[in-house]
Amino acid sequence: MMTAADLAAIRAIITRAKRWDLFFSLLGILSLMVGVLTFTVLFVDMAIQGVPRLNLDFFTSFPSRKAANAGILSAWVGTVLVMLLTALAAVPLGVAAGVYLEEYAPKNWMTDIIEINISNLAGIPSIVYGLLALGLFVYYFGFGQSILSAGLTLALLILPVIIVATREAIRAIPQSIHEGSYACGATTWQTVSDHILPYSSAGILTGVIIGMARAIGETAPIITIGALTFIAFLPPAPFTGEPPAGLFDWIFAPFTVMPIQMFNWTSRPEAAFAINAAAAGFVLVFMTLAMNGLAIYVRYRLRKNIKW
Amino acid sequence: MQIPSTGLAAGVEGAVLKADVRDLDFYYGAFHALKRVSMPIHDHMVTALIGPSGCGKSTLLRCFNRMHDLYPGNRYAGGGIVLYPDDTNLLSPDVDPIEVRMRISMVFQKPNPFPKSIYENVAYSLRVRGMSNKSELDDRVESALKGAALWNEVSNRLKELGANLSGGQQQRLCIARALASDPEIILFDEPTSALDPIATASIEELIIELKEKVTILIVTHNMQQAARISDFTAYMYLGEMVEFGVTDQIFIKPQKKATEDYITGRFG
Repeated sequence: MMTAADLAAIRAIITRAKRWDLFFSLLGILSLMVGVLTFTVLFVDMAIQGVPRLNLDFFTSFPSRKAANAGILSAWVGTVLVMLLTALAAVPLGVAAGVYLEEYAPKNWMTDIIEINISNLAGIPSIVYGLLALGLFVYYFGFGQSILSAGLTLALLILPVIIVATREAIRAIPQSIHEGSYACGATTWQTVSDHILPYSSAGILTGVIIGMARAIGETAPIITIGALTFIAFLPPAPFTGEPPAGLFDWIFAPFTVMPIQMFNWTSRPEAAFAINAAAAGFVLVFMTLAMNGLAIYVRYRLRKNIKW
Repeated sequence: MQIPSTGLAAGVEGAVLKADVRDLDFYYGAFHALKRVSMPIHDHMVTALIGPSGCGKSTLLRCFNRMHDLYPGNRYAGGGIVLYPDDTNLLSPDVDPIEVRMRISMVFQKPNPFPKSIYENVAYSLRVRGMSNKSELDDRVESALKGAALWNEVSNRLKELGANLSGGQQQRLCIARALASDPEIILFDEPTSALDPIATASIEELIIELKEKVTILIVTHNMQQAARISDFTAYMYLGEMVEFGVTDQIFIKPQKKATEDYITGRFG
């Protein structure tokens, strides 16, 4: 029989225990604020400085010794082209490797070692990739200090991210779907192309975007392979380069990218260049957010028809 | 057809053998999951596998379409499953598991339609066989859906996602998928355990109808279900085949004490 005193004692215990809930939720809010507020302050500060500088000329002008005339034309074109090559190289390689590891690779110690190392690769400092690429792409393959070298370097850098994301997306597909396909008499390739890839594409895409968002801001490996910091021309459009002009001349052109342009401007003493850097930073963040936005939209479209 | 030496099918009139499990041993890694299991499967009959959880009934079922080949560490260690009339040993390393799965299809415990349209779910087992002619596919999909008693409910919404159907309809969709390729045997792995009683009744009815077209092997943990729908019943325990016989005989007059204890609920 529970007496009033027992009840009071239980309530006291509950009140005391609940203090931890209160304590932890406050701690959690505080931790969250550190991250969110810091980013907001940085972004707002950059926007206040940079946005007034944004006008059409800023996007269509080459860098200049005069801050007021300087623009980001060569930088944003370089970034777009490098990202294009990065995606073209990294996505097929990463997805193929991920599919192989999940669906084809025999489960033995070799595979285990490869798996562990792929996760480790994602943690290697990017400048090390830059050094590797300098030796391999720039000199050994003779690609020079070109958009191609940069694209391949960044592709190597984000390859582990895409492989890991591909594998996780594949693992999210229920085993029963997998077995259902095989039970119909499908081969592994039929299972992969008819089920695994379509159903995991949304997850793979997320990984690709995370990788690309990392690559777009990379500076160190790009500097290492020798991107120029001051460049006042664009890569040749298809069939306009030196004869014999071809469709892909631009991939061997020298280039610069957004973060290098920013780095260049922030190292100038004049305050006007700092404003240019803030404006370029704003554009870079906007490019990243736009990529993420696109990814969210495409993912939503892809997932709409996937229900287990 | 000659009835082989297992002798288990003796006394069944008109029974033609479709497959024969002979002294089958199977291991999951070091675990001996099936111990010298033998049983016949009769053509155009429903054979039920019963027994407590972990007795090996699903393991035996999944040998029939080589599902164990998908996972490392699984091992067929002796004996085999002979499919008639061509005397193919389904478990022989020379036999391609894909060929086996094209002859023997499967319906799983939980309905597992692909996240594709109703039409494409059924058409899939035909597409993997290289069929791409639209009108031929249409015909086969329609007859499979009719065979699975689903056509009337879905004929006007074949483009909708299979996952939008109710649980019972989804399971009938999976049956249509298994039926579309015109298999010799359909394996059912506790096909009603995720369904409500009404959906269960319709699936049971369907299984009885299906034996006109195909041989059926079903695992069930529901003894009443085995009694209702099967012609033959096998009772397994701890990886061994305890007793196999005509369903009526197994349920009314089992030969072994262990079988009697299980079906009367004294055990399991």
